[in-house]
Amino acid sequence: MKLSPMQIAWRAAQDIADGAYVNLGIGLPEMVAKFQPPGRQAIFHTENGILGFGEAPALGQEDWDLINAGKKAVTIRPGTAFFHHADSFAMVRGGHLDVAILGAYEVAENGDLANWSTGPKGVPAVGGAMDLVHGAKRVAVITDHTTKDGRPKLVQRCSLPLTGVACVTRIYTGLAVIDIEQGQFVLREKLASISLDKLQSLTGAKLHLVGPVADLIVAEV
Amino acid sequence: MDKTLPDLAAAVTGIDDGMTVMIGGFGGAGAPIELIHALIDRFIATGHPKDLTVVNNNAGNGHVGLAALIEAGMVQKLICSFPRSADPVVFTERYLAGNIELELVPQGTLAERIRAGGAGIPAFYTPTGYGTDLAEGKPVEVFDGRPYIRERWLRADVALVKAHLGDRLGNLTYRMAARNFNPLMCMAATRSIAQVTSITECGGIDPEAVITPGIFVQAVVEVPNPQQEEDLNRAGISYAGVAS
Repeated sequence: MKLSPMQIAWRAAQDIADGAYVNLGIGLPEMVAKFQPPGRQAIFHTENGILGFGEAPALGQEDWDLINAGKKAVTIRPGTAFFHHADSFAMVRGGHLDVAILGAYEVAENGDLANWSTGPKGVPAVGGAMDLVHGAKRVAVITDHTTKDGRPKLVQRCSLPLTGVACVTRIYTGLAVIDIEQGQFVLREKLASISLDKLQSLTGAKLHLVGPVADLIVAEV
Repeated sequence: MDKTLPDLAAAVTGIDDGMTVMIGGFGGAGAPIELIHALIDRFIATGHPKDLTVVNNNAGNGHVGLAALIEAGMVQKLICSFPRSADPVVFTERYLAGNIELELVPQGTLAERIRAGGAGIPAFYTPTGYGTDLAEGKPVEVFDGRPYIRERWLRADVALVKAHLGDRLGNLTYRMAARNFNPLMCMAATRSIAQVTSITECGGIDPEAVITPGIFVQAVVEVPNPQQEEDLNRAGISYAGVAS
């Protein structure tokens, strides 16, 4: 029993405040935008020079000068702003973004993130990930708790090439919500259906308990 | 003063073997497809230019634009942040065979290196990349208790960019997210060549709306109805030079 990727995205969306400036990584993190709580408006940033873009256009209505960082077509809406790449990354690197939500291959208990390279084979590609992890005020990760073959993705030390050092502060998985504080994983929420022992066995470093652990409850999405 | 040129062939003369060429665009948005294809035409006709170092965010998609430039064998080295795309086969095959050099740069560092080049700032410090493989060999300095790595400016002999409106003084506007790296590259190159959808009279662009001031631009060529990389790829086009 674990959350679906959409449910993990839903949970992450609940922590985004009204008025926050947010960058969502390509893939699953993009789904977070679909689940903004009613009454809150976040402004989404994309590396290629748009703030406050809207949803994907209908098929056939794409304008290929209007795309997001994943090269998917988006739309403009009242309040959208365009800017060049140096301004875009001044927003990132200058500490103006409130939240960046990224995917992960591994996250270490000290907050190290590995999400850009699975090793020396193939073509390496980094994009804006290394900028985001040191620029945004809060860096969160959404990920499965374990790899497809059952190995922990939350580990003592990353074995894959790092994206950034000590940069992640919160992790949303299909089983739990975990903060990184003083170089430790601190368990905040877990599914009621999983025992603490089981969760620990699926985690590559010690889960610390600081205060109560809430049940991880999500909407049906 | 008149920076406008009659055609694409005139725009791409003077680009020589071994030069560093910045090419604007992010994926297909803002990619100067027609300028790139004109450069390929020249290579096919004359064998030059070759051994180019190209700076772009990506490494081409499909078999048009930057991918076609690589496929034609004109590119020795690529400096980029994300050499993947929907169809990256051209770059991928050459890279894995050891036939093209890659300098991978985080996207914000790439933008800032180009901006610094244009602004006359030979190096700067950033936390981006600190403690990663991409920081290897770069000097580290601690400011206010936090470690930063030093990055060098990036300059080019030529920039090929795509803009929307241009006038004979080289003032440019861009269309939506087609802006991306284009204004930065205009600043960082010795000779910046802009293809524009429409050349207007001076005064045809509201001074408040100018995004790249003409001082950063050396040549302007009109390409009405520019092609979009995504459309060409969906149509299965492979650019191998002008059929003559």
